[in-house]
Amino acid sequence: MHELSIAQSMVELAEQQARQHNAEAIEELELEIGCLAGIELFALDFALESSVKGTMLENARIVRRHIDGQGRCGDCEAVFTVSTLFTPCPVCGSYAVNILKGKELRLKSIVIK
Amino acid sequence: MCGTCGCGKHHHEHEHGHGHDHHPDDRRTIAVEQDILQRNNLLAERNRGYFEAKHIFCLNLMSAPGSGKTTLLEETIRRLKGRLPLYVIEGDQQTSNDANRIAALDVPVFQINTGAGCHLEAATVHHAFQHLNPENDSLLFIENVGNLVCPAMFDLGEAKKVVIVSTTEGDDKPLKYPHIFQQADICIINKIDLAPFLNTEVATLRENALKANHRLLLFEVSALQNTGIDHWCNWLETELTAPSH
Repeated sequence: MHELSIAQSMVELAEQQARQHNAEAIEELELEIGCLAGIELFALDFALESSVKGTMLENARIVRRHIDGQGRCGDCEAVFTVSTLFTPCPVCGSYAVNILKGKELRLKSIVIK
Repeated sequence: MCGTCGCGKHHHEHEHGHGHDHHPDDRRTIAVEQDILQRNNLLAERNRGYFEAKHIFCLNLMSAPGSGKTTLLEETIRRLKGRLPLYVIEGDQQTSNDANRIAALDVPVFQINTGAGCHLEAATVHHAFQHLNPENDSLLFIENVGNLVCPAMFDLGEAKKVVIVSTTEGDDKPLKYPHIFQQADICIINKIDLAPFLNTEVATLRENALKANHRLLLFEVSALQNTGIDHWCNWLETELTAPSH
């Protein structure tokens, strides 16, 4: 259940940014989560629900942007979509795949008032 | 003064009398663009800087509970003790059983009990090594909480991440839990002596680990039977004398 630590880090990071801008509350939290980030979304929602209580994010809308996985084959250089960390290259079948996208776990923006 | 609609610049006098609540756009979007684990990552880099400055080679050992991390550690310590100062940080939810086993080998050890926590973070490791106060030119093992999922995401500042998987867990674990294998530099397959009695092929386990991460350096050992431990310890000693360390 590392999602709880992740949720708490999100709250901490968002509040810190909001305070720097003298905000009263955070109305929206925009997250970017790659499909290979190792985050169970249901667990994250559950963890966020309890982590935001009593914070500036208590009533914030959570917007999640999903990022598809992308890999480049280390053998033939083909670039392709990956849905798992062990997707082989569709061109040459190699597992020597370097992940280019999909591991993001970022706080993209906040809307404050 | 309202900077949004410029109402403060009106030349005529009037009372709003209701603050600025009526402005539908007193909301502002702040671009943050930061990694959510930034705080942990920064602390981990701080730990890494400390280790590098003091020439401390730090390994983060991660595995499921019961895969033999502590037994492997005991065997490794028996071989390397006396060659250089060794230190261990033990992470478990409860008990100091592991720390007691390491302390019995006369090696300084610090036990972290995470309570309900499922992984170690850079801040807890920082606290632990301040207690241990390791000497320069030493080797520090961090035995993470037994968990094949969560420790993968948290950088502790180690030089190398080691994932341990035992044959009793089945040969498909690297595909079921690929994140930890993806993050690791080294994979140690433990309990190879038991494979003939199980529905586990060491070759398949190896193959699956490499599917999740083709850069993995693999070792096959039986910590309990002392098989393959020399090979692992030889590698450790080579790393310790490597110029990058």
